[in-house]
Amino acid sequence: MAIEITVPTLGESVADATVARWIKKTGDAVAADEPVVELETDKVTLEVPAPAAGTLGEIIAAEGANVEVGASLAILNEGAAPATPAPEAAPEAAPAAPAPTASAPAAILATASDLPLSPAVRRLVEENNLNPAAIRGTGVDGRLTKADVLAHMKGASATPAATVASAAPRQTPRPEDAAREERVPMSKLRQVIATRLKTAQNTAAMLTTFNEVDMSALMTMRADYRQEFEAAYGTRLGFMGMFVLASIQALQDFPAVNAEIDGTDIIYKNYYNIGVAVGTPQGLVVPVVRDAGAMNLAAIESQIADFGDRARNGKITPDDMAGGTFTISNGGVYGSLMSTPILNPPQSGILGMHKIEKRPVVIDDQVVIRPMMYLALSYDHRIIDGREAVSFLARIKELVEDPRRLVLGV
Amino acid sequence: MSETAFDLIVIGAGPGGYVAAIRAAQLGMKVACVDRRESLGGTCLNVGCIPSKALLNASEHYAEAAGGGLAALGISVGSVKLDLPKMMQGKDEIVGSLTGGIDFLFKKNKVTRLQGQARIDGPGKVTLTDGKDKGSYTAEKILIASGSHASSLPGIEIDETRIVSSTGALALPKVPKKLIVIGAGYIGLELGTVWARLGAEVEVIEFLPRILPGMDDEIAKKFMAIAKKQGLKFRLKTAVKAASSGKSGVTLTVAPADGGDEETIKADVALVAVGRHPATDGLGLEEAGVAMTGRGRIRVDARFETSVEDIYAIGDVIDGPMLAHKAEEDGVAAVEIMAGQAGHVDYELVPGIVYTAPEVATLGKSEEALKEAGIAYNKGSFPFSANSRARAQGHADGFVKILADAETDRVLGVHIIGHEAGTIIHECATAMAFGASSEDIARTCHGHPTLNEAVKEAALAVDGRAIHM
Repeated sequence: MAIEITVPTLGESVADATVARWIKKTGDAVAADEPVVELETDKVTLEVPAPAAGTLGEIIAAEGANVEVGASLAILNEGAAPATPAPEAAPEAAPAAPAPTASAPAAILATASDLPLSPAVRRLVEENNLNPAAIRGTGVDGRLTKADVLAHMKGASATPAATVASAAPRQTPRPEDAAREERVPMSKLRQVIATRLKTAQNTAAMLTTFNEVDMSALMTMRADYRQEFEAAYGTRLGFMGMFVLASIQALQDFPAVNAEIDGTDIIYKNYYNIGVAVGTPQGLVVPVVRDAGAMNLAAIESQIADFGDRARNGKITPDDMAGGTFTISNGGVYGSLMSTPILNPPQSGILGMHKIEKRPVVIDDQVVIRPMMYLALSYDHRIIDGREAVSFLARIKELVEDPRRLVLGV
Repeated sequence: MSETAFDLIVIGAGPGGYVAAIRAAQLGMKVACVDRRESLGGTCLNVGCIPSKALLNASEHYAEAAGGGLAALGISVGSVKLDLPKMMQGKDEIVGSLTGGIDFLFKKNKVTRLQGQARIDGPGKVTLTDGKDKGSYTAEKILIASGSHASSLPGIEIDETRIVSSTGALALPKVPKKLIVIGAGYIGLELGTVWARLGAEVEVIEFLPRILPGMDDEIAKKFMAIAKKQGLKFRLKTAVKAASSGKSGVTLTVAPADGGDEETIKADVALVAVGRHPATDGLGLEEAGVAMTGRGRIRVDARFETSVEDIYAIGDVIDGPMLAHKAEEDGVAAVEIMAGQAGHVDYELVPGIVYTAPEVATLGKSEEALKEAGIAYNKGSFPFSANSRARAQGHADGFVKILADAETDRVLGVHIIGHEAGTIIHECATAMAFGASSEDIARTCHGHPTLNEAVKEAALAVDGRAIHM
C-alpha cells in the first residue's frame, strides 16, 4: 500500500520548511521511523522519519523545495513485513497546504475552502511563503483573488519570511572584482536569523551596559570540586550553570528583565526559562533550559551539555527553543573580550559572557592579577530603566564573585 | 378541452420569454407561453439576430468570392453572380428550422404554446385576441417578456419598402444601388455591411460625433477606420430632419447636428436604425396598474416584480441593454426567484457584440467609464497582426485590449476588434465572473495557434511583458 510521507508539525508559529537533504532516495529500503529526509525550518533542521517500513517511492518535494505543514514529501511503498501490523490509512494531507514548487503534475492547491488557487494567487502564495488558509477570500465561493492576497501582504506585519534584502540595489562592482566574486544564496536558517536580528533591533530600544567579574571564586570552586561533581552526576562542571543560577536570582530581584512587552502591556513571567546560546555549523541556536528556577546546578549543567551535543548534530527542535524568558550567550569560547549582544525577541534582556583573561586589577589599593571576564547586558530600555539594568548586572557580578551568596540567598 | 389555468403565463416567446418558460417548466411550474407571431422566437429569431447573422455570413462569402479575395489563396473563380432570392431563401430556411426547434423544446418541456395578442385583464387573468388560441386564461403569475419595436425619428415614417427598419432591411427584394443607414449603432452597421458587401453604396448618417454609442472610444474609432476601408461612408454629427419616399427612391433632408444649412440627399433605400422602444401597448398595463419608468420601460424591483403583485417583467421591456442574452439572463433569474431560489443577473458582465467583419466585442468597463469613475487602470493591447492564427486565416485586422485595476490587477474591461471577437470574448467573461486578474489570464495555457492567444498576450501586455510583440 502506498503511503504519503508528509511534513509534520514544525513547531509553534512555524508554517513551512525547506527540503534540505534527502537522506534516502527513490528505491531505497527504509525501516519504520528511519529518517528519510532533512527539513530546514526558520529555526532548526529536523528529520522526518518513515511512517512505516517499505521502499521509498516517488519523491514529490525535491531538495530546495519549500513545503508547508502537511504537504506531501514523498510516497512510501509499504514493504512486505508480515510481523508488523498494517499501518492506519495513509495520513491525510492537510487541506490547507499548497503543493511544493518542484511537484509532479496535477498539483491541485487548496484554500481553506478546498478550491483551486488561480494562477496569479498560486504564484504570490509560493513566492511569499504564504498560507492561503490564513488569507480572507472575497472571490466567488470564498475563493482567493489576486487582490485578496495583495491586500493580505500589505496588511501583514513583518514575518520571518519578510524581506531580508536591503532596500538599496547593489552597486555594480568593477569587472575585475566581479570576476572574483562568488554569489551563494543564504540558507533559510540564515535568512530567518537575519530577519529576527533586524526585528529585534527595529523593535526594542536596545542598548548595552557593561561590568566585569572576577572569576577566581568560581574557578577555585571548580578546581576543588569538579571531579567529585562529575563522579556524582556524570556531567561536567562548567561555568555556565553558575551563571544561570546567578541570572535567576538577579531576575527574581529585577523582574522587568524577565518580562515581555505585548502592545501596551508588560507581561511579567513568573517562571524562568533560560535560553543558552549554542553555536552550530549552520548558525546560532538558543535552546531553553525550561523552569530552570526549579532545577539544581547539576540538572542545569546536564541539560546544557545535552543541548551542546544535540546542537552539534543539528538535532535541536523548534520546541527546544520555544518559550525562553532570558538568554545567556557566551562569546568567550570564541575569544571575544567584549561585545554587545542582540536581544532574542520577544525577550527584554540578554547576558553576554566573554573570555576569561588574567588582568591586573586593584584590590585594597594593591595591584593584583585576577582572571577577569567582561559581562554585557543588552536590554530593552522601553521597560527596563538604566538603574535596573546596571543593578541587575551588578547583582550577577556580586553572586558570581561570591557564590556563597547564592547559597544564602543574599 | 385545452388547458386554461397555469402556474405561469409568459407573454412573449422571444429569447427572454421562451427561455423563461422552459426554465419555469424545469422548475416544475405549469407554464404557458403566448406570442402573437405564428412562429416562436420573437424578434431575435424571426427578424433580428438570426436572419441578420445568416445574411452577414452569406454576404461575407459572396464578397470574398466576388471581390477577388480568393485569388491570393490560389483559387480562381469565374464570374461570381448573386442570386438574392436564393440567399434570402437560405436565410428563411435557417430561421424556420430554429423557430421549429423552439417548438420542439416547448413540447419536450411541456410548455403550452398559445398564439394571440395578450392582454392582462385583472390579477392572474390573461385574455388572448386575434389568434389561434383566443380566449381567457388564468395564472398565478404573469411574466411580461413582450420585447421591443424598432424606433423611428420624427418626420420619418417607416414603410418597410423604401424607408425600412431592420425588419425590412433583412428582406429587400433587390440590392439597392445606394443605401443610407440612419444611426451608427450595431444594427445599422451590421445591416449596412451586409448590403455593402452585396454591392450597395452605403452611407451611414449619425447624430453623435462617433459611431457605436456606449462603446469604448478607441474601439469605436478604430472600427470606423476599418469600416471606411471596406467602403462604408460616414456622416457624423448629422441630423436627419425628414425623409420622403417615392417610386424611385428616398429623399432625406439632413443638417449638421448643432445647427446649420439643410441638405438633400437621395438614395434607393433608407434604413432607420436609431434604436428600439419597449413593446408594451395593447397589454392593458395601465388598467392593470403596472407602473412605468420615466423612459417608458416597465418598472420592476430586484425580483423582477412590477408594481402589481405576481406580475413580473424581463428583457427589452425593463431597464438595461436591449440584448437577447440579457433578456435570457433576466428570464432565468426571474423564474428562479419565483420558485424561491436565488436568481441573479450580473449586468456588469453582459457582452456587447457587433457581428460585422471584423467583429467587435466588449465586456465590462470602457476606458472612459474608468476615467470618469476615477479608477486607475493599466492597459494591455495586442494586435491580431501579431497573432499567428489570424495571419494564417488572413484576418489580421483588429486587436485585443484588456483594462485591469492598477492596484489589484483585477480585469475591469475587455474590448476586441477582430475575427471571432464575439466568440473569443467569452473566455474573459468566465474569468471576470470569478474576479480574475490579468495575470490569471496570462498564466492560463492557451492553445496554439488560436485567436485566443491574442487575449493571453494582451493580458501579458498589461504587465508590459507581452512575448509576441
